[in-house]
Amino acid sequence: MSVQAPPAAIPTPSHIEPPNPSHPASTSPLPLPPIFQHDPAPPQLITQGAEALLYRTTYLLPSIQCALKYRPSKPYRHPILGARLTKHRILSEARVLAKCRKEGVPVPAVYGLDEREGWLMIEWIAGEVLRIKLNEWLKQRKDEKVPEERENAPDGGRIHEGLHVLKGLMGRIGSAVGRMHGVGIVHGDLTTSNLMLRPRSNDTAEGGAGDGDGILDGEVILIDFGLASQSTADEDRAVDLYVLERAFGSTHPRAEGMFSELLAAYGKSFKGANIVLKKLEDVRMRGRKRSMLG
Amino acid sequence: MTTTPHLQTFTLEHLPPGYVMHVAVYENVRNAGFLQKQLLDGNEGFEYAFVDAGVVLSTTHLLAAIYRALRDFQSGRMKSRNVHSEVVFSLSSNNNISESFRRFGITPSTTNLIVVKISLPSKQVSRDEVLKHLTEVIEGESVDFCDEVLGGMVDEKRVRKVYKLGGGKSGIVQSKGEGEKRELEVLVLGGMALRGFGG
Repeated sequence: MSVQAPPAAIPTPSHIEPPNPSHPASTSPLPLPPIFQHDPAPPQLITQGAEALLYRTTYLLPSIQCALKYRPSKPYRHPILGARLTKHRILSEARVLAKCRKEGVPVPAVYGLDEREGWLMIEWIAGEVLRIKLNEWLKQRKDEKVPEERENAPDGGRIHEGLHVLKGLMGRIGSAVGRMHGVGIVHGDLTTSNLMLRPRSNDTAEGGAGDGDGILDGEVILIDFGLASQSTADEDRAVDLYVLERAFGSTHPRAEGMFSELLAAYGKSFKGANIVLKKLEDVRMRGRKRSMLG
Repeated sequence: MTTTPHLQTFTLEHLPPGYVMHVAVYENVRNAGFLQKQLLDGNEGFEYAFVDAGVVLSTTHLLAAIYRALRDFQSGRMKSRNVHSEVVFSLSSNNNISESFRRFGITPSTTNLIVVKISLPSKQVSRDEVLKHLTEVIEGESVDFCDEVLGGMVDEKRVRKVYKLGGGKSGIVQSKGEGEKRELEVLVLGGMALRGFGG
């Protein structure tokens, strides 16, 4: 983006401030976690949320990849309060991840943390977030389907097979979420950006099988437990499902119809899941937040 | 048959320059009682982390403890006497220091031993010095510090016990062999990272 002077023929309205190149808002330096201060090369910033920055870096040796989630102190927060909040959140997320992993829920492993400096180091998960994979898959199907709109398309079986792939994925997501709920954790922010598809390590074994598009293949891994908590309340579990359902509805409307597959797998994933599905119907009626009236 | 003694020298990620660690492994150690006594007596010539190889899963497991100890040293948050005892304590998943020495440190019955010597910017020790001294004082056979050797020395049951990862309902580990081992390793790393904060 270059800052150009407007052509002389067009008078600049006096009330519009000219861009000030000394304060480019988009490139303001991010606070680097102190752990990186001795590194020869700066770490790779992966994503940035309201509370945390996610870096890709290394653990112990250059050969071990990891992710580092950093919660910088907020300039508008009282420093003592900020330190307490950061400590609480780092530890809470680490405990939840450790518990999940111990109980066999597919989440990144915890490698290290510093609750004072505000960072959490976790296992690097290969692959891509579900949102991107799903959109890629839906787009490919849409593109392919165009010439097949005719009646009795000779390739009708292929379409069916495609749906089968999506059904399988929805089932895997439902099982993963159910497993997490079954061990007493609720995620708090279940979206298709917080689910990852990790390629299976033994993908060579089944190479060539299927119809060749492995976009939706892979293991479902739950990520970003920044808003997670330990809870076995059906209400909290149902809200998790509701948030995920809405996420599917808004970002992948064409996959929304398959959500029932996810719920079916969820229903079989732990004892008491069916009660949660009942509760989900209540939550759908009223939305995520409980009414404060009466 | 005599082989040249092994001693591996490492640096770790995200540490300031000048922090170097030397790691050696010995099997069939016959003087563990003597070595432990030197630590208990505070013999300054024996400032090492002596770790019982029976509770160390892998190179990563040990390096994680060293890293934790060095970070705590650097930030003035060590809980034990020196950076070497801190390495042993860093293997622990709870805050009981003397218990950590009993569980992870050398005991008179130790036969497979990992030795760590840390060279600090303020107190540098060369590889040759370490190797010379260890060759003199340790009665045992020097072997390579690698996952293959450590995998042959570790008692996984004991590891599960000290990290409270016993079978039961926890550890729904589906994959066998290497996958299972890797799973145990990451659970241990998580336990160490959350030391004192509960799991």
